[in-house]
Amino acid sequence: MRYIFEPGFFTSAPVHVALAVGTVIAITSAVVGVFTVIRGQSFAGHSLADIATTGGSGAFLVGVNQFWGFLAFGAGAAAFMEMIGVQRRRGRDVATGVVLGAALGLAALFLYLATQSSSTTGASFTILFGSIFVITTSTVPALIASALLALATVVVLARVLLLSSLSSDIAAARGVPVRAVGAAFLMALAVSVALSAVIIGAVLSTALLIGPAATALRLARSPVRAVVTAAVLGVLAVWIGIVLAYDSFYWPPAGRGWPVSFFVVTLVVVGYLLSLLRPRPPTATQDNHDPEHACSPA
Amino acid sequence: MANDLLRLEDVSVRLGGREILKDVSFSIRRGEFTGLIGPNGAGKTTLLRVILGLQPVTSGEVLLDGAPRPHRDSSIGYVPQKLAIEPDMPLRVRDVVSLGLDGQKFGIRMPSRARRELVSDMLTAAGAQGYADARVGELSGGEQQRVMIAHALISRPKLLLLDEPLANLDISSEQGIVSVLARLARAEHVAVLLSAHDMNPLMPVMDRIVYVAAGRVAVGDADVVVQPEVLSRLYGRHVDVIRVHGRILVVAAPEGIDATEAAAEDIGVAG
Repeated sequence: MRYIFEPGFFTSAPVHVALAVGTVIAITSAVVGVFTVIRGQSFAGHSLADIATTGGSGAFLVGVNQFWGFLAFGAGAAAFMEMIGVQRRRGRDVATGVVLGAALGLAALFLYLATQSSSTTGASFTILFGSIFVITTSTVPALIASALLALATVVVLARVLLLSSLSSDIAAARGVPVRAVGAAFLMALAVSVALSAVIIGAVLSTALLIGPAATALRLARSPVRAVVTAAVLGVLAVWIGIVLAYDSFYWPPAGRGWPVSFFVVTLVVVGYLLSLLRPRPPTATQDNHDPEHACSPA
Repeated sequence: MANDLLRLEDVSVRLGGREILKDVSFSIRRGEFTGLIGPNGAGKTTLLRVILGLQPVTSGEVLLDGAPRPHRDSSIGYVPQKLAIEPDMPLRVRDVVSLGLDGQKFGIRMPSRARRELVSDMLTAAGAQGYADARVGELSGGEQQRVMIAHALISRPKLLLLDEPLANLDISSEQGIVSVLARLARAEHVAVLLSAHDMNPLMPVMDRIVYVAAGRVAVGDADVVVQPEVLSRLYGRHVDVIRVHGRILVVAAPEGIDATEAAAEDIGVAG
């Protein structure tokens, strides 16, 4: 055990906060992520992350906790995307070329101004790549509440989201308010991007959202199993990431810990690559059940 | 008529200045198998979307059980034209059929034995029990059609709409789907309205035909509707109906050939 957990791991207050918040956020991201991948909205998630970067750096400039910046800009962007129809291909092109470029440009300006005025060199790093060990204790309740809200939204919408992804026409014909459901889901997505940005940074937040979900979708067949698998994978990546980041403080050159985001993202990628090794479970399909002799005269 | 389940009265749909449907009126009786036949682009899909409430009408009315169609309705089942489902979609065949029971509801539900049995029975009835645990995105087109029929029928609708379910299927899958549909419709007393550009696979099971061309319809028994005079009037140009070995071919004359010329040619060919 001593070789896995370096001294002080279990008594460190920042580690406790990191583990608790990290677990809740990993579960939320993974669950929201499964529906994001099913709905083909990974791109929307990535756009929200880029815009959240602007919010985070803006918040830092004006002296507000960056989570509120991530959240406000993410939610605003989600509403805007719903308006311009980012799901349509033309909407995507506009979003990529114009909106995201502008957002990251603004982020660069905010970070530049912030580091000029306050000499805190870690600011850019925290916003771009996360800071799970320096979560302000006062934001913890807000983080947990936001996570539970996003999670509850997805649980309430789970069935209609599945039906809509099977066919939005069937869902609409059966009285599902497809547009409103889509908007509500996009909001849940914006919230979980903001949360994931707190752990591993705005730039990388999509990795925690999409990575475990994409891996789970390769392994699990049913919706429930996909969600549970993604949650377990996300939590494992965050936990192991936290342990390794803590331990790395003792690695040579001693006294310079490696970033958590590096470990989490690497673990997520390794998990996905491992899932590629597993062959697809055999399925009882491929026309065995339709009568044969397709070419015989009718 | 009291026996009418669905009635369309003078339904017109105009989209972007183009008339897609013009004064379409017909009714569907309970438990009847109706073919919605017509060439591609004739307005079949629009007509089905009108009945489902997905397409607002410019004028006219859709009556279900004699009353205007309610907004939320589970008495109409729907199998859309084609599903674009990725193979990694985590929905097994049994999950898809289960969504047919209450997929439109919010919140989650606990699994139950009664529900599992209901789904299994439906899959067996649709001849899809062999791949109940396969992901729906991994199935062939014909298999997916069976699953979607089971999905649509498990909520026991009074009317089942299918949009081109036979498109892109090989002949044997085609026959399999038609016989499953006819059997289930009779057993459950469900009225079926199925769109197709080729009526031949449906001839053994079809009670009535709604023939759509150029946004208008002709309705009745296949023998009465599928006649050169009726269809020529519908298409607005000369149409030949050729019967070969019990199969029917509908062939429209090229633009610019009027009815008399084409008729003269027919005689020439026959002689």
